Amino acid sequence: MEKPWLTDESSVVELRAGRAFALPQEKLGLRVFLAVVMVVFSLMTAAYVERKVFADWHSVPLPWLLWLNTVILIFGSIAMHRAWTSARRGQIDGVRPWLNAGGYFVFAFLAGQLLVWRELVASGYYVAGDPANSFFYMLTAAHGVHLIGGLVAWGRTVAKIRRGESLDRVAISVELCTIYWHFLLLIWLAVFALMLLT
Amino acid sequence: MVDAAHDQVDFIPPAEVAEMELYHPKSWLTKYVFSQDAKVIAIQYSFTALAIGMVALVLSWMMRLQLGFPETFSFIEAEDYYQFITMHGMIMVIYLLTALFLGGFGNYLIPLMVGARDMVFPYVNMLSYWIYLVAVLVLLASFFVPGGPTGAGWTLYPPQAILPGTPGAEGGIVLMLVSLALFIVGFTMGGLNYVVTVLQARTRGMSLMRMPLTIWGIFMATVLALLAFPALFVGAVMMTLDSLLGTSFFMPAISQFGEQLEYDGGSPILFQHLFWFFGHPEVYIVALPAFGIVSDLISVHARRHVFGYRMMVWAIVIIGLLSFIVWAHHMYVSGMNPWFGFFFATTTLIIAVPTALKVYNWVLTLWRGNIQFTVPMLFALGFIVTFVNGGITGLFLGNVVVDVPLSDTMFVVAHFHMVMGVAPILVVFGAIYHWYPKMTGRLMNVAMGKVHFWITFVGAYAIFLPLHYLGFLGVPRRYYEMGDTGFIPASAQDLNAFITVIVLIVGAAQLLFLFNLGWSMINGKKSGPNPWRATSLEWQTETTPPGHGNFGPTLPVVYRWAYAFGMPDATEDYVPQNLPPDQLTSDYDNSKVSEATPQAAE
Repeated sequence: MEKPWLTDESSVVELRAGRAFALPQEKLGLRVFLAVVMVVFSLMTAAYVERKVFADWHSVPLPWLLWLNTVILIFGSIAMHRAWTSARRGQIDGVRPWLNAGGYFVFAFLAGQLLVWRELVASGYYVAGDPANSFFYMLTAAHGVHLIGGLVAWGRTVAKIRRGESLDRVAISVELCTIYWHFLLLIWLAVFALMLLT
Repeated sequence: MVDAAHDQVDFIPPAEVAEMELYHPKSWLTKYVFSQDAKVIAIQYSFTALAIGMVALVLSWMMRLQLGFPETFSFIEAEDYYQFITMHGMIMVIYLLTALFLGGFGNYLIPLMVGARDMVFPYVNMLSYWIYLVAVLVLLASFFVPGGPTGAGWTLYPPQAILPGTPGAEGGIVLMLVSLALFIVGFTMGGLNYVVTVLQARTRGMSLMRMPLTIWGIFMATVLALLAFPALFVGAVMMTLDSLLGTSFFMPAISQFGEQLEYDGGSPILFQHLFWFFGHPEVYIVALPAFGIVSDLISVHARRHVFGYRMMVWAIVIIGLLSFIVWAHHMYVSGMNPWFGFFFATTTLIIAVPTALKVYNWVLTLWRGNIQFTVPMLFALGFIVTFVNGGITGLFLGNVVVDVPLSDTMFVVAHFHMVMGVAPILVVFGAIYHWYPKMTGRLMNVAMGKVHFWITFVGAYAIFLPLHYLGFLGVPRRYYEMGDTGFIPASAQDLNAFITVIVLIVGAAQLLFLFNLGWSMINGKKSGPNPWRATSLEWQTETTPPGHGNFGPTLPVVYRWAYAFGMPDATEDYVPQNLPPDQLTSDYDNSKVSEATPQAAE
């Protein structure tokens, strides 16, 4: 180990220095951001679980539509993954349709979630009616807001491809979108499973 | 591991980090206002933080006026007093100290000290500042809404924070929560930059274990902030929903004025856990950059290498990790399982070990050093003393049996002001006096600096030592006035009046500091590129202040750590990090003012 306080070791050309991870900056940045998002959702679910254990907890009935939405979100992730696979293979024609599909599935998911909200409101489960309702709306809304943020990044990527930018400039954006899509799918599966277990 | 490479400079490894494409501003607006240059963003952050900090300073004068001379000032009602203490606390902790250390010093020093041209995501970095500015403006707006800003105390405990009867429940509290949420969004954008820049954009030879401790402190504080602020964010969002939509995340069944409110089934304790899961790491978010900066100040101004560099790095990391498992020591009086209290008391005591290591290492760095009593050094020494003082009372308060009687007294106020108010702010001042020449090309006036230091340092003791004593007497915090309280002697009021007078004097000294900031910009002595004869990279830049892109056509190559002082073979008593080993005996002293060095404000 380097001991710079000793005179004969005071200057050493450190060959390995420069970067700590063999990752592009954008990818490391996204990972750090995902860690932050992870903490946000962990704390929300921790609060949810802490509240749930009390006897006066009345669960929200989960509409069947949530299952359909889950499937749609899974399709979104698969489509994104196909886009990324095409990008890795250098096939810009393969990227375009799958990337579009990945975004449209998320739009469909968000519309589906709104329908779920409408259905719940129609059957009298208001936001402020009961802590269980509040948690349901907050968790779904928080997840939805993160998806909308993803759609902004997705829109910028789609625009880049429209402008005809070269694949090696677009590939990293497609990859970041894919990672984000998978991450939010996992978050949704965890949140949904937690609500099913109630 | 790399023993083959000693003094071997004929081979310099190729750059691993590709030259980044810098954004080159095309207009005045993108150069100085919507700038993506970390140095400009740093100065924007610093000025905004200092401006809002002035508001908090004035608020502290107001509350001291009330405490020192109750029933004297007709413009301070009880509601106003609560608003003053709340806003003072929140602004000082978050909008001043956090923003200044990370947004200000972080932005300025990280790229320069690790040898990068800029932050890795300059556009996101710019957004970070503008969102911070919006957060500050939203916070200020709460002074002008009906009912005024919130007076819930800086901890914002529900249910009282959002119920009528607490000042600002009409709108101030919502603006406060929205402002906090915005601050956190903005900070996260900046934080991503600081972390990724330190990890991925260091220049050749700048290994992690060669980084100046300033960078280690800021880096670890950023990691803490990224992981801790989400707790405040979640708490703020949930309380906003409670306040606006009538949800009951934190609101139990509650009746007010004999009337049952709509709320039912929430848990106020849950908010306390979320708040302190953020709130305790926040102490270290403020303290770790201070630890790092003070290590560098002491080393440079005592002309000696930091004692136990590696130990200092690990202490920073360990303190950071431990700070996540001590939060409930703020909640002993909220009631908890005794084993729970035992756990948190134990972790609280353990965290004192790495902290004490750091203090010993600072003292050992000074030991037989060539101590220069420059203004930055005075502030650094002041920090060590006040930090030890405030830290030791923390050990007492960390124990349940001592905390319960002292909780919510002035003793606690004195403790945390010493440890996370006075101590870090002394470092802020020391750092500004230290790096001001790099930002402007001129030294700050020394006489004014020394007056500023002595009044601030002695004044801080004159204010907070008596406050400990008032706490022992049982004087509660957050009381608008004492009235006829049997167990507190009338002479306590004399002490309160004394403290208030000192507060006003110390406050005036801060105005002198602000004056010095402006005055020295025009009249300060020219500093040259390296007035302190320091080793780290920011002092070796081609121009002072550093231009766009920080360094010349090529990035510096680093050959050694940042603490090469008093090396026997070298001509000078300091060796810059980027000086090739075969030039140790050449004339490399860059500390003089030369005509070739462009100066600011010529």
